Amino acid sequence: MTTGTATPAAPAAAAMPTRRPRFDRVMVSEWTKIRSVRSTVWSLILLVVISFGFTALFVGLTVAQWDQTQPQDRAQIMADPTSMILGSGFFFSQLTVCVLGVMVIASEYSTGMIRASLLAVPRRLPMFAAKGVVFGLLVLVVGVVVSFGSFFIGAPILHDKAPVSLGDPGVFRAVVGGGLYLAMLGLFALAIGGIVRHTAAGITGVIGFVLVLSPLAQLLPGSFGDHVHAYLPSEAGHLIAQARQGPNDLLTPWQGYGVFTLWTALLLLVAAVLLKRRDA
Amino acid sequence: MIEARNLTKRYGDKIAVDDLSFIVEPGKVTGFLGPNGAGKSTTMRLLLGLDHPQGGHATIDGLPYQDLPEPLRVVGALLEAKAVHTGRSAYNHVLCLAQTQGIGKKRVDEVIDLVGLRDVARKRAGGFSLGMGQRLGLAAALLGDPSVLILDEPVNGLDPEGIVWMRTMMKRLAAEGRTVFVSSHLMNEMAVTAEHLIVIGRGRLVADCSTEEFIERSTEQTVLVRSPDAERLAEIIALEGGKVTANGPGELRVAGMEAPRVGELAAGERVVLHELTPQRGSLEEAFMELTRESLEYGRPAMDGQEGASS
Repeated sequence: MTTGTATPAAPAAAAMPTRRPRFDRVMVSEWTKIRSVRSTVWSLILLVVISFGFTALFVGLTVAQWDQTQPQDRAQIMADPTSMILGSGFFFSQLTVCVLGVMVIASEYSTGMIRASLLAVPRRLPMFAAKGVVFGLLVLVVGVVVSFGSFFIGAPILHDKAPVSLGDPGVFRAVVGGGLYLAMLGLFALAIGGIVRHTAAGITGVIGFVLVLSPLAQLLPGSFGDHVHAYLPSEAGHLIAQARQGPNDLLTPWQGYGVFTLWTALLLLVAAVLLKRRDA
Repeated sequence: MIEARNLTKRYGDKIAVDDLSFIVEPGKVTGFLGPNGAGKSTTMRLLLGLDHPQGGHATIDGLPYQDLPEPLRVVGALLEAKAVHTGRSAYNHVLCLAQTQGIGKKRVDEVIDLVGLRDVARKRAGGFSLGMGQRLGLAAALLGDPSVLILDEPVNGLDPEGIVWMRTMMKRLAAEGRTVFVSSHLMNEMAVTAEHLIVIGRGRLVADCSTEEFIERSTEQTVLVRSPDAERLAEIIALEGGKVTANGPGELRVAGMEAPRVGELAAGERVVLHELTPQRGSLEEAFMELTRESLEYGRPAMDGQEGASS
């Protein structure tokens, strides 16, 4: 029944004025936080299951419907089978990354954990940065695995109609790009979660950006609508998971990913400024 | 040592903390007392850098909380609202806080044992009772063996056994030379725990003195007298400077005069007494009176209190 070994009368701050909070320690802490809640495990399992399931389902349906498919659609698939394969799973499974990204930070606010976190890291920004790095890396690793898995599920199914292999131009980059896209999407969601500080509102906001805004932008007339649509975060971002720039795409894969990165960086900056300024 | 200087915090139009200054010294339990909504929790959040003040500043061992290099090794805080992710186990909660300061797993087990949560350490904190939540909060607070403890309503939700445990713990921590600053809205609880009191009402300082002095100053002593000849006795006492109020037939309440003096006067005039009892007002009542005045007049009530108690 002792409270410790150090002498309480000698405060640590006065004894060691030069010691700074170490970023690696904060990262280890954030890793413990992420791995120790069920929502992380469940979201990542769902990411894998939905990706693989829908890839098999949609690619299978496409092959089954091949003869009834419009010639221009067939041409599009044959021009870039990778994009079709990765798109069929990611369209839904990306939502789990959106949800997880928001929850990683918003759940700290809903449970009050944020106060404990900020008491431990009172400068605040190292905590947010560590959270971003750890979560981003986690989604990147899982995302790359899921992307390769989806590719190796979809490619054999599609092989008779539109053969594709990892060695084809741009294909390897696109499959890795699937993981890059999910990682950036996770950070995008994290930023919005940090701004709105509310799980449900944050998820609604991210899904609004990802799923709702894009069809709306397509309703805008002419070249103006095309440009708005092309520069929307997830529309621009998912180009990285295409083997080549499509005839209707305004941006190259890397340009698109750059646009998505800028969106994310901007929102992370807003979230960081608000975190620093607001009362917790 | 904790120092608050001219702390001011407004939420919109509402002023929560109003130009509040005080110092909390090490080596004793200092009670932070005020009715609900007086600004206790806000003040503590300002001390801990969770909220930003509009004016003034707070330091702990001479530094603002944000500038402490390893804050958990200097300050341990238990906040009123649960600051725990409901989906995380008690052990992992304490562990992730420990890791930010490079505190080892051995110490994590140690503090969990210390607060008596070993058996439920691997259970999700969301299923904890309020009392267990308070214990977990205290485990997190004690993690870095801090020299300063800031505890917001720590006995909230504890059963009688838990209250005694928490009280003993706070006294022991203070006896070890630590600064222990603990808030409560219960005067009686603070009277038995704290050596020093800082009392606020509506965000303003009402009193800053030792608990003993506070009790002395704020509870009025009266003498209850029963006599078959109460009317005559009342006249005699009034002539000698006592304040008398009738308290039912044959019963008087005397203020401003000690019981022995009342007895002497009665004996001198050959008035029969049936009862002569010194009485102290309840501490809780006095506290309510004190803070109510601060609410009514919007100024420190100790000044206003003088007329009534002298």
